[in-house]
Amino acid sequence: MSRVCVPRDAATLAVGADAVAGAIAERGVEVVRTGSRGLVWLEPMIEVETVAGRIAYGPVMAKDLPGLFEADFLNGGEHLLRLGRPEDHPWLAGQTRITFARCGILDPASLDDYRAHGGFKGLERAREIGPAATIAAVTDSGLRGRGGAGFPAGIKWRTVAEAPGETKYIVCNADEGDSGTFADRMIMEGDPFTLLEGMAIAAFAVGASKGYVYSRSEYPHANATFGAAIETARSAGVLSDFDVELRVGAGAYVCGEETALLESLEGKRGQVRAKPPLPAHQGLFGKPTVVNNVLTLATTPWVLAKGGEAYAALGVGRSRGTQPIQLAGNVRYPGVYEAPFGLTLGEIVNDIGGGTASGRPVKAVQCGGPLGAYFPPSLFDTVYDYEAFAARDGLIGHGGVVVFDDTVDMAAQARFAFQFCALESCGKCTPCRIGSVRGAETMQRVMDGVDTEANLALITDLCETLKFGSLCALGGFTPYPVMSAINHWPEDFHVVRDI
Amino acid sequence: MTSLEPWRPERGEEIIAGLTRLDGAVLPMFHALQGAFGHVPKETVAMIAHALNLSRAEVFGALSFYHDFRHEPPGARLVKICRAESCQAMGGEAASRFLLADLGIDWGETTPDGAVTVEPVYCLGLCAVSPAALVDGQPLGRVDGMLLVEAARA
Ligand SMILES: Cc1cc2nc3c(=O)[nH]c(=O)nc-3n(C[C@H](O)[C@H](O)[C@H](O)COP(=O)(O)O)c2cc1C
Ligand code: SF4
Ligand code: FES
Repeated sequence: MSRVCVPRDAATLAVGADAVAGAIAERGVEVVRTGSRGLVWLEPMIEVETVAGRIAYGPVMAKDLPGLFEADFLNGGEHLLRLGRPEDHPWLAGQTRITFARCGILDPASLDDYRAHGGFKGLERAREIGPAATIAAVTDSGLRGRGGAGFPAGIKWRTVAEAPGETKYIVCNADEGDSGTFADRMIMEGDPFTLLEGMAIAAFAVGASKGYVYSRSEYPHANATFGAAIETARSAGVLSDFDVELRVGAGAYVCGEETALLESLEGKRGQVRAKPPLPAHQGLFGKPTVVNNVLTLATTPWVLAKGGEAYAALGVGRSRGTQPIQLAGNVRYPGVYEAPFGLTLGEIVNDIGGGTASGRPVKAVQCGGPLGAYFPPSLFDTVYDYEAFAARDGLIGHGGVVVFDDTVDMAAQARFAFQFCALESCGKCTPCRIGSVRGAETMQRVMDGVDTEANLALITDLCETLKFGSLCALGGFTPYPVMSAINHWPEDFHVVRDI
Repeated sequence: MTSLEPWRPERGEEIIAGLTRLDGAVLPMFHALQGAFGHVPKETVAMIAHALNLSRAEVFGALSFYHDFRHEPPGARLVKICRAESCQAMGGEAASRFLLADLGIDWGETTPDGAVTVEPVYCLGLCAVSPAALVDGQPLGRVDGMLLVEAARA
């Protein structure tokens, strides 16, 4: 009897996947709950295991099931919603899936399934070659931190390995606060053992015996799936003497900043620490600590299994390997698209994303979360690469790409950037704590048409102060969305609005 | 809604005592207390300070820093709506305004009959199905105003 894979990723639950799974199981058919393949506009996308391989259907609603059974979908029968073999779908066929190789395919609750899909090969390899060669493989891969700052992972690991001390920690940053990003969540829900394996590799490389995953309260489903995976791995003893604990944040964006995260893990206010000392030297509870993003850690099993050179062979310039690009906002084909660095922004938005969902022209694209710049279509030739984005006052950040159509008011977006900074400021620096509030007020005046030029000049000054007078990127990068909006869409700051 | 317990000091002490062995136990304690009572009662600040040998100021400082922790229990139904950029791009603000007007409340408020609380959140990681919300922990995607009203009042 064919099994049917129905995703349990939170985004698929949000569009009715549970009802679909229930309606299939009701007919006595075996249902496996998987992660999502990431073609989110087709969710709930279900896959039937047939003699000819998996056949996908989507988007499937519970009400479509009578018709699907009638069409004999259990044997891959024809139907309006039939998508064919998922791996042949152009959106998947065009990708280079490394971090997401298994996500959406395997049963995230099953260690056997994980092993059957190549799991633990990286950890085994690390144990064969030893800590020094493990760090060398990660360094050779060119893998840079996927949390936002893009710091080379291998160098961070070496610093912690060389730091004196018996007790060291691995901290996985799963705080994923950037709007428009969800790849960490998808890994925790769809392939949690990959993350655990990556943490175990890091622990082996630097000599740590305890790891923490700092996730967020906005992710209850990821926390449940990942928490269960920790229990499963622990009772099966697959991580040897390395132990992992899941901790959950409490709605503070700034706790994604690594030192604020450490403060929070210690039970304190999530205030940013001055650096130095680096977390690699004095991190959690004052001990040498590796802080890495979920995607960074979840990529290391592949790097170890296939070798650093194989990963470094992909990408452009100093951006090696692949990036799971997260397409969201007003886009026709939202989801996660993993590709080597080097696409242009235009290819990402128009070719892969299919333009806007509304069918209206694209006006702006915010890349890299709430602290990232807004790009106009005239900059669509920008190459997706850390340095190329930085050269245009933008950032790749955690890989979020949020599309807006021509109904967006860029002055409102600039005001929101200040409001968000004010709401989330940790309070340590005056420009960030006070300046953000003033910025939002001043932008409101611009929107009300009061002393426009003088107020815009004030905002430009304020952005300079924020840029150079902030301890961390929350205050320091808020000028990016603000100034990009002012520079690329000046007309939006010179209209009289009726409210 | 997951059923909440009425606040009882003995029960608070019990929850706190069960977590003291953790390193950096303060946040796990707040979460556990809020999970049980729907909020973090202010009496627990002194209890936690005592249990962990911290000053009350330290514990209160931590409690007041985080957006999540409530000082009063929420309404019977808790609606968290994303207000971040991807959801903005898909009409999330208009959908939220529709719901708030229907309920006659503002962000962070509870309806006078105690039926519904609406809280803002900044990204639920459901950006590919924007606009998104969590209703009593249940994710909802591709919402509009009507759908939010239905979910809040169902
Ligand atoms: C305000 C702010 C928020 C951040 N949020 C996150 C986050 O949610 N997740 C993350 O991995 N890194 C975040 N970072 C970056 C971290 O400080 C740090 O660079 C990262 O966790 C290191 O891991 P990586 O090298 O693997 O990227 C944030 C930084 C700042 C300044
Ligand atoms: S820039 Fe803002 S968030 Fe960052 S340390 Fe300063 S006050 Fe805190
Ligand atoms: S921006 Fe709304 S769910 Fe991410």
